[in-house]
Amino acid sequence: MTEGNHPTTGKRRPDRAALIIAAGLLLLAVVIAVDMQRLSNVASYARIGPQTVPLIIAMCLAGLAIWTAIEAWRGEFPEREPQEARPVLWIVGGLLAQIALLRFTGFSIATGVLFGFVAYGLGRKVLWIGIPVGIILALAVWILFAMGLSLTLPAGPLESAIQSLLRGQPA
Amino acid sequence: MNTFDFLMQGIAVATMPMNLLYALIGVTLGTAVGVLPGIGPALTVALLLPVTYRLDPAGSLIMFAGIYYGGMYGGSTTSILLNTPGESASIVTALEGNKMARAGRGGPALATAAIGSFVAGLLATLALAFVAPWVVSFALAFGPREYFALMVLAFVTVSATFGDSTLRGLTSLFLGLALGIFGIDQQTGQARMTFGVPDLLDGIEVTTLAVAMFAIGETLYVAAQGSRVAEKVEAVRGSIWMTATDWARSWKAWLRGTLIGFPIGAMPAGGADVASFLSYAAEKRASKHKHEFGKGAIEGVAGPEAANNASAAGTLVPLLTLGLPTTATAAIMLAGFQQYGLQPGPLLFTSNPQLVWGLIASLLIANFMLLILNLPLIGLWVRLLTIPKPWLYGGILLFATLGTIGANPSLVELGMLLVFGLLGYGLRVFGFPIAPVVVGLILGPMAEQHLRRALAISQGDPIVLLTSPISATLLGLAAVALILPMVLRAMGRGKALSQLASDSD
Repeated sequence: MTEGNHPTTGKRRPDRAALIIAAGLLLLAVVIAVDMQRLSNVASYARIGPQTVPLIIAMCLAGLAIWTAIEAWRGEFPEREPQEARPVLWIVGGLLAQIALLRFTGFSIATGVLFGFVAYGLGRKVLWIGIPVGIILALAVWILFAMGLSLTLPAGPLESAIQSLLRGQPA
Repeated sequence: MNTFDFLMQGIAVATMPMNLLYALIGVTLGTAVGVLPGIGPALTVALLLPVTYRLDPAGSLIMFAGIYYGGMYGGSTTSILLNTPGESASIVTALEGNKMARAGRGGPALATAAIGSFVAGLLATLALAFVAPWVVSFALAFGPREYFALMVLAFVTVSATFGDSTLRGLTSLFLGLALGIFGIDQQTGQARMTFGVPDLLDGIEVTTLAVAMFAIGETLYVAAQGSRVAEKVEAVRGSIWMTATDWARSWKAWLRGTLIGFPIGAMPAGGADVASFLSYAAEKRASKHKHEFGKGAIEGVAGPEAANNASAAGTLVPLLTLGLPTTATAAIMLAGFQQYGLQPGPLLFTSNPQLVWGLIASLLIANFMLLILNLPLIGLWVRLLTIPKPWLYGGILLFATLGTIGANPSLVELGMLLVFGLLGYGLRVFGFPIAPVVVGLILGPMAEQHLRRALAISQGDPIVLLTSPISATLLGLAAVALILPMVLRAMGRGKALSQLASDSD
């Protein structure tokens, strides 16, 4: 990933962030080329095997890396808007929290935490209001999708409680 | 049977009560999600894909058709009332439509957009029904090399022809192509770029990539702008009905927009954004009220909206007849087909005619439903626009992760969602287009298969690609579409091209 902190470069001088993009492209090209060396060439009769097209793509990526580097060196990349890191970190944190919690707490609590973090990152004043709102919303979505459309979504304590509540009632 | 019989048969399929219900659910969900600011049709389709997982193929595709058309309608509402178009194709609509809304003529602006979309959708879907069999008869003669050449042309037009930089367009495309290598090679069964991770053997899911790039990338981008951008929803004041003058000024614009939009969508020549810009330019030239342009001219809403929808129907021509997606939305729809093991292309028309014609007929029906649904419910859609940003984006991420969790809640899949979300954010910050990544991912492996088949026939001699007149012509066109814009930009005349930039769909 090449984003992060990149100060605005108004002047026409080497653009460091764009140079990092060029390096990233080159790295991707090298990784592809190295990985293709593992493959055995079974289709030698056609002179084109599973590694041919990836190698062409890797060459093109390397070419684009050089081109990007030249533009970066000349400072020809467009100017960028200043980016705020704090909200980005809250959203990424929310996604990580959801991934970590999903297996243990079920869909609704994990997704509620994500919802709360995202809302806080986007300007809600209080973090603790977003999470319960998110949990209720996620639970409603879970009922609709897991029970209504039989999509498999990980269940936790809340989901099992709802399930037994709905099933336990006399029909 | 001729086209008319097939279409009648399709209408019989589409009007079965269950299918009508699916279409109704589709258009309602599509409009509701499409109305939300920041969500274009590509994301609408990607987010709502999980809803269709458990349906049978016909029902699912019919719901999909509704979602697609509904998302297009919803986008125009956002751009008229909010001036933040959710999709690049609606930028032009925002130009005149938002001015009209500010002047208290939001109602007629919404009405001309809705009726224009209906007229264009109707005519373009009929055109699709009549053009598709013709393209199919043509495409049956296509061999691997013709398909490969066609895909190369699509790669170039999607990535390099429009937008402000050939370099960044091509970089996005090759990122997508590189992501397409991941997984098991279809011909030899060897694992490529999997690094011993079993989850990667199936390759990278198009829906995961699209949802990550459009939903998570967009959310991160909006969040990182802080509170700099103030948004104001324009209330719909006064009558929503169009006056006689409005009608008189609109109807020609609708027809012109349709005429411009359909061919552009049908040829691999760029998406709906190109069509709507060209239509706007045409209306400005043809209008008797030139001084009103920029201040809220109704033709400037009517024409581009019609062009936008006509081109959306047009993109279904290459998608259904050739299996060739030319926009991000079409790429996701292709993924939707593939989840049922259906490969769009000429053979689908012969092997599964009820399905294809049911889909085309349900597009017609979705179009009628939208007209009936949209004008009376406009107040409800407007209320959706006033959802505060933190809740809105919290909800977007809820649904973005829902699809992946429902399909495959593995650590690797969710990790990919996060990584591609960050990648999508980075691409936005640096001005790289997103659509070529998505199109490259889905079309790359297909192009590779066709190339390898073509070269296997010729025992590895690449000249074979140029000995077929069709494939030579297509490759020639691709070369022109790549080089000409570079020359124009170098001569400092690239401004018009960057105006046609495909930045989201």
